[in-house]
Amino acid sequence: MELKDLIKPENLVYGKTKILEDEPMHYCPGCSHGVVHKLLAELIGEMGLQEKTIGIAPVGCAVFAYKYLDIDWQEAAHGRAPAVATALIRLKPDNFVFTYQGDGDLASIGAAEIMHACNRGENILVIFINNGIYGMTGGQMAPTTIEGMVTSTTPGGRNVDLNGYPMKITNLIAQLPGTSYVTRQAVHTASAARKCKRSIKKAIENVLDKKGTSFVEVVSTCNSGWKMTPVGANTWMEDNMIPYYPLGDLKDSVKGENSSEN
Amino acid sequence: MAKVQGAVVVNIEECKGCGLCVVACPHDVLQLNKEVNSKGYHYSYMANPNACVGCAHCGVVCPDTCITVYRAKV
Repeated sequence: MELKDLIKPENLVYGKTKILEDEPMHYCPGCSHGVVHKLLAELIGEMGLQEKTIGIAPVGCAVFAYKYLDIDWQEAAHGRAPAVATALIRLKPDNFVFTYQGDGDLASIGAAEIMHACNRGENILVIFINNGIYGMTGGQMAPTTIEGMVTSTTPGGRNVDLNGYPMKITNLIAQLPGTSYVTRQAVHTASAARKCKRSIKKAIENVLDKKGTSFVEVVSTCNSGWKMTPVGANTWMEDNMIPYYPLGDLKDSVKGENSSEN
Repeated sequence: MAKVQGAVVVNIEECKGCGLCVVACPHDVLQLNKEVNSKGYHYSYMANPNACVGCAHCGVVCPDTCITVYRAKV
């Protein structure tokens, strides 16, 4: 069969979802943000949530997320996305509200907001992109930077005596009784991305069922900030980040019921 | 057993040449082209089209959603 005979709508197995705008993304080549945006867009389309979804964009590279997903968006001050999401879900309880935050946004300046929003058990989904640095501002050390990792502010690698220990914020969130589903995923391979999509789907279902806050961490790469190639960054992440931030579900219960794992 | 043939269509102008699809492909179908697109990126293309089974691994890992995958039994 000639390839041109194969390229027909009835043979389509994978294509761009309509929720994604045609605007080319501004992210660097190989950035994990693009994959996570795509997974979210696919799920919003498949679950028929386009009309009721409100996203809260962070400050960071994903600040322009409103250009790429055809849903309602609200910008928030740096780290304050969970506070804005709290207001939105209380004013519009029938909508689906999610925040999309990076590690500098969520784990550093917004650490208080995320802790209290999760502790109150607001019915929101939190997508947490953990790439270990402040990507947008030039690759400075973040709370999640792993020990020994070279960043522009730790050129000799993160020294725990001087800079403290890398923060496993998802493990802290999992301790809070307000959360229902807390998981850590990655998107560096096709199977990891498909698994991540299933996790986000479950998180969205929990939020729609008003079970409490759902929290999905995505261990990601920032190849520009890490000064690596996209493929090299994925390999480095697998070898160095994932042993410190192991993938898998940390909590799966209902608000108010702490699972026995914690 | 019926053979499955896949086809990958890359939106050349949107491809940023990151190469994630090249390593994600289990059948070594995709390569980065020596030619560049208008932005100067070595875009991905089907170097070995007959080996494609349309598994869509390339499409799933593509951060810029510039890959469309087709599949049919032959």
